[in-house]
Amino acid sequence: MTEAGLKPEIATARVLSNAAYSGEYRELRLDVTSISGRVKPGQFVHVRVPGLSDRVLRRPFSVFHADMDVLCVLYKVVGQGTEVLASVEKGGNISVLGPLGNGFPPVDESAFPVLVAGGYGVAPLCFFAEHTAAPGVLFVGGATASDILCVERFEKMGWDVHVTTEDGSMGQRGLVTDALDEWLGECELDRPPEFFVCGPDGLLRAIGERCVLQGWKGSLSLDKHMGCGLGACLACVQRLRGPNGEEFWARVCKDGPVFDAEKVVWQ
Amino acid sequence: MANPVMVASGTFGYGPEFADVTDISRLGAIVVKGIKLDPCDGNPPPRMVEVPGGLVNAIGLQGPGVKGFVEEYMPFLRETGVPVIVNVWGTTLEEYGEVSARLSDVDGISGLELNISCPNIKEGGIAFGTDPSMAAAVMSNVRSRTSLPVIPKLSPNVPDISVFAKIAEESGCDAISLINTLPAMVIDVETRRPVLANVTGGLSGPAVHPVAVKLVWETAKAVSIPVIGMGGIFRARDAIELIIAGASAVAVGTANFTDPTSPIQVIEGIESYLNEHGLDRIDELIGSVELDGK
Repeated sequence: MTEAGLKPEIATARVLSNAAYSGEYRELRLDVTSISGRVKPGQFVHVRVPGLSDRVLRRPFSVFHADMDVLCVLYKVVGQGTEVLASVEKGGNISVLGPLGNGFPPVDESAFPVLVAGGYGVAPLCFFAEHTAAPGVLFVGGATASDILCVERFEKMGWDVHVTTEDGSMGQRGLVTDALDEWLGECELDRPPEFFVCGPDGLLRAIGERCVLQGWKGSLSLDKHMGCGLGACLACVQRLRGPNGEEFWARVCKDGPVFDAEKVVWQ
Repeated sequence: MANPVMVASGTFGYGPEFADVTDISRLGAIVVKGIKLDPCDGNPPPRMVEVPGGLVNAIGLQGPGVKGFVEEYMPFLRETGVPVIVNVWGTTLEEYGEVSARLSDVDGISGLELNISCPNIKEGGIAFGTDPSMAAAVMSNVRSRTSLPVIPKLSPNVPDISVFAKIAEESGCDAISLINTLPAMVIDVETRRPVLANVTGGLSGPAVHPVAVKLVWETAKAVSIPVIGMGGIFRARDAIELIIAGASAVAVGTANFTDPTSPIQVIEGIESYLNEHGLDRIDELIGSVELDGK
């Protein structure tokens, strides 16, 4: 069981809005006060998509923003689940299980926060930035301009935002790691950087390996297909390395989704 | 048992995972995930894929082994007051017996479910459940090593389930549970690769429910020991259908992933059904299927 106050619960959420956010991305805003006031940045909710009656699994979504009044997730139609989710109307009900997972640790006081996002992996990092007192730098990359989200939101919070796109349609052309490496070579930080990363596995691995090589702290938020969301079914496992070098499977839903870069074993 | 609704092995962890979100003290019994002698690493991911009407899994019986299970989870499980049934497996005949013997000495365990039907492990599991002589050997071996109730979990992947049901009864087993998952495979047509790292897996969920109904019916006809029915129970009516087919108790499995309160809803739904139909006990429903001489 989980300590009191952090316990997940199942609640019926009312849809406040479910509309286009930017380009192909949509924002689902839910009224679910018993959960929304308790979500930590980096945690997720497991949603039963209404009307998806021949499907048995919930769908996990990182929390984009949550407070006492509202819980928001950002999504893109990529399959049947999100396609049906996009048709859910304002005023409808959705079963939400959450808050789930461990979330990001707070920025170490002696470190400089460097956020790295791939595509809509920027969503939980945006929520994290809202809860981080001293802004740092954000690197956000995507295939094309329409994949780049939340730039103004970060800038308003005082973050230094670096955009890369693979086709050069916005920001610097290339990979987010190229821009990051350039910046790391030029910046003169008075503190060590501490990384907070959310995006595809390739990006997580690239940043994670840099962290291990340089001895930097890094928190990687993993995205896996999930079953129960509660740590029971053992579907969403990730290989980790323990303190004595032993390897074991961690449950992304329960032990993560955020893991220390130095513990993750890439296969 | 306070009621006939249990949770199926592999879908409820070892209990504490669900304690935050559902009242596990109301369950008829908790059947924990499969345990062998030593810890088991399971299969590499991907381990699960959703399909219409269910999911295909190949977790590979990852687990903490007997010692790890007893130390880590039994204190919690004893506290719940709910009967605990441990799903037992091994890679050899002797291992099934040894695990059963060791668990017999542990306070708070009410029964052993013999997993002779998991399709996702290279050795053991389904190999013991699809060969009558091997099934008989495992059941007799375990029977001789424990005084706890022994409940073999049968595979649906056999030509005649009654053969295995009778072996269970003749071996002195106390009940039979079925069905385990159906062997299945999913291929990504873009990459032409199997979706599961284990290549094949086991299908569960609403899609397998009619298969369970048929096999529970055949099993209940073949033996006089109780049958525990499972396979795609999502609503009370699914459970009631298995009871009418011949099950004395039922287990909710995949539905725990969809809604962790499913077993509670099934318990309440069965009570409502009994009330609406003027029945006092589920005994009046067990095996009550009307066949009109068919």
